[in-house]
Amino acid sequence: MASEVEKKAVFDIDSAKEVVQELRASFVAGKTKDYEWRRTQLKAMLKMMDENEPQIVAALRDDLSKPELESSIYEIAMLKNSCKLALKKMKHWVMPEKAKTSLATFPSSAEIVSEPLGVVLVISAWNYPLLLSLDPVIGAIAAGNAIVLKPSEISPATASLLAKLVANYMDSSCIKVVEGAVPETTALLEQKWDKIMYTGNGRIGRIVMAAAAKHLTPVVLELGGKCPVIVDSGINLQVATRRIIAGKWGCNNGQACISPDYIITTKDYAVELVDSFKCELERFYGKNPLESKDLSRVVNSNHFARLLKLLDEDKVSSKIVYGGERDKSNLKIAPTILLDVPQDSLIMNEEIFGPLLPIITIDKVEDSFDLINSGTKPLAVYMFTNNKKLKEKFVEKVSAGGLVINDTTVHLAEPTLPFGGVGDSGMGAYHGKFSFDTFSHKKAVLYRSFAGDAPLRYPPYTNGKLRLLKALLGGSILGIIRALMGWSKA
Amino acid sequence: MEKSIAKLRETFKNGGTKSISWRKSQLKALLQLINQNEDSIFKALDQDLGKSPVESYRDEVGVLKKSVTYTLSCLEKWVAPKKAEVPLLFFPAKAEVMPQPLGVVLIFSSWNFPFTLALDPLIGAISAGNTVLLKPSDLAPACMSFLVETIPKYLDNKAIKVVAGGADIGERLLQLKWDKIFFTGSPRVGRLVMAAAAKHLTPVTLELGGKCPAIVDTLSTTPSKAKVTAKRIVGGKWGPCNGQACIAIDYLLVEEKLASALIELLKKTIKRFYGENIKSLKSISRIVNEHQFQRLVNLLKDPNVADSIVYGGSVDEEKLVIEPTILLDPPLDSEIMSEEIFGPLLPIITLKNIEESINFINSKSNPLVIYAFTEDETFKKRILSETSSGTVTFNDSMVQFLCDSLPFGGVGQSGFGRYHGKYSFDTFSHEKSILHRGFYPEIEPRYPPWTDFKLLFIKLAYEFDYFGLILLLLGFKRS
Repeated sequence: MASEVEKKAVFDIDSAKEVVQELRASFVAGKTKDYEWRRTQLKAMLKMMDENEPQIVAALRDDLSKPELESSIYEIAMLKNSCKLALKKMKHWVMPEKAKTSLATFPSSAEIVSEPLGVVLVISAWNYPLLLSLDPVIGAIAAGNAIVLKPSEISPATASLLAKLVANYMDSSCIKVVEGAVPETTALLEQKWDKIMYTGNGRIGRIVMAAAAKHLTPVVLELGGKCPVIVDSGINLQVATRRIIAGKWGCNNGQACISPDYIITTKDYAVELVDSFKCELERFYGKNPLESKDLSRVVNSNHFARLLKLLDEDKVSSKIVYGGERDKSNLKIAPTILLDVPQDSLIMNEEIFGPLLPIITIDKVEDSFDLINSGTKPLAVYMFTNNKKLKEKFVEKVSAGGLVINDTTVHLAEPTLPFGGVGDSGMGAYHGKFSFDTFSHKKAVLYRSFAGDAPLRYPPYTNGKLRLLKALLGGSILGIIRALMGWSKA
Repeated sequence: MEKSIAKLRETFKNGGTKSISWRKSQLKALLQLINQNEDSIFKALDQDLGKSPVESYRDEVGVLKKSVTYTLSCLEKWVAPKKAEVPLLFFPAKAEVMPQPLGVVLIFSSWNFPFTLALDPLIGAISAGNTVLLKPSDLAPACMSFLVETIPKYLDNKAIKVVAGGADIGERLLQLKWDKIFFTGSPRVGRLVMAAAAKHLTPVTLELGGKCPAIVDTLSTTPSKAKVTAKRIVGGKWGPCNGQACIAIDYLLVEEKLASALIELLKKTIKRFYGENIKSLKSISRIVNEHQFQRLVNLLKDPNVADSIVYGGSVDEEKLVIEPTILLDPPLDSEIMSEEIFGPLLPIITLKNIEESINFINSKSNPLVIYAFTEDETFKKRILSETSSGTVTFNDSMVQFLCDSLPFGGVGQSGFGRYHGKYSFDTFSHEKSILHRGFYPEIEPRYPPWTDFKLLFIKLAYEFDYFGLILLLLGFKRS
């Protein structure tokens, strides 16, 4: 079978070229444009997930020790929802949108037609290896494109499973999975794509965009950043703490682009907050969180070492107020909270992407806005408060991909909200119809008739024509009537 | 220069460009600038490009006035957050999308429509609340000087700056970090802009070019329609800056048997519009400079190409004039048929059957616009679904530019991103998602320790199976 061959041989530039050529031929032949084909593929994807849930859960456990609930919900259930939404709404999404025309082009009618971009490349990440691979693919299929999916090699069990399942369930002449690491990705990036969507970090994001620039390929970059949580006083502290925990350690043990990275709260409130965390963390994960089955592990030894480096830095290790335990052989680090780490520490200057939660304290809650805006724009910012004015200021002042008030991460599940970053956290957005749009070209179409050809458009140019033209463009009724009658005034 | 940009960043940070009243005041000031300096603008365009006042008004001054007026009337609507639907499961919750300015943006404009291509993006950037650095093209030096001198007199210097200079200034600007770069120009430079932007993860809009074809299928309808077709073709080729426009008609596709009729009509129309010959040429722009002139002349040097000239071909190097020239079936592998012409040379390619035009167009990279003169509804549908371009215009040329509700931009090699009307506002905005939640009710199954019950609960919740959830809670469903 085709994918078997690709796995055995070395996937180099020539292999990449061949893959693109094959997909382009399929695209040009109109296979992916066909509405029924798109529906069939989406239904096949649903079936694929229904029939392979245990295998998927097992692969995610292999790669990440992901708890079954997280796999079932954040990967499989979310994908199924995304598929079902696309199946339900696609007939609306593909319809041309009427556009208004003005007197300047009367008589005319106009519309905006969605068409597929062509052959697209989706490069996904290791932390939600199924979701971040297939969710973009759903959008690309719905929009009528041919697709290459390059899953992350850092989650190899899921990558292999994806390659196998996609080859078995979906149309291999139009949708292919290419496994591999840096050399294979580089080979793919040399090719000309009609769109590239990349989920991952900023360093690789730059490389992807630079490669895309050679071919003038538009890109969507879903990157990361430090997602802060602002905690005000006068709130239901227990609920707030639980929601932060759910968003932090409940999401792949903090290894998620939208996980709360650090907390900002007032000096006065910090102690209460820490106590609340201690209480709820123990309730969720027990006295020995290293043994809890409800926490993912750290993905690999590289990241494990990286996180320990953040934790063991001199000026930081003394700030641990909870946790800090680690189990190297199982790649586990206990949920750890730190209080008042210095701003110039390593842990405050890179995206943590792990189970460490620093709490920074300030005098007034409002000070947090400037603090956040002084850094690079994050993918998400969360705030817990009951203060209406503060909410308004927050929404207006803080720049980020998305904001959530009184919860964390749940906006991901909201298909009517565009999900994407700004500045260093990325460009472009997807989810729901935004996925369809991101993989479409919105073609403008203007229909004109032969009636009403105004001579004032054409040379020889005279002062009279200039006067009329001004009237037409300026909307003067008398001038327009004259123009429409095709009266020339030389 | 770095200082100027630091100033722009500071102004943005201090909220100097956020308020709607500031944005409106700047737009009104821009309108005043245009109204009060119309004659100087006409003069500069005449100097740089030999544009007549009618062309200048139609393609630059008038377009800009319309754009500012439209933006002023819609701004409050565009700035308002848009509500997004939230499923019952999230109750109580409120979701919205709020547009926000990106920050400090860089606009590169081109020389052929030196006012429109500089100020129309500027209108978008201001309306979205950004600070802006505008870099006009030095290949239209009088217009560039005008902008450098006049903009500071009308607009807020702390937020909007214009910088003069050539490619070297452009390169220096590209080394710095911007929150958005808007570029109008050639694909070659577009690649350089995007590569530079990649270093800072700066999003870009690239308005590039391509060979915009016009399919001609209306010659055998009625004589009057044929005449109008010819007028619109001629107006769409030599009208906009003498063919030096990204949306100018680049070449024609017509059936063999209709070619001579088409050529005759075109000749008549050209003579009526622009004069009998190169000596009496009027109402047409000139070639912008020596470099472009030589490039165009070289396209005609190939003897096979020169042989295919059926009208025109004369040049006047001193005045930088090339008369409207029509070629019939130049070799398909000649430069004139593989490069964007961007000048007053019009190749006509003949086909046995007009339907072949679809394959012909698809053999080249995606253009900015496909023009199709046809009344055959089936053919129209085929053109729409079987070709790809930024825009498709049926039975006319150029006018789609005036339609504020149509997005203006390319696809593939003709670029990505779009503007005009609200699309200008959007292109310089970040759409920020916002979800408001309440503290109650609390859904326990969200939290560990995980149990089978919680798993089933969440599964049902994700399927929005409210009935199933009730059953589960009442104990009627088992995990």
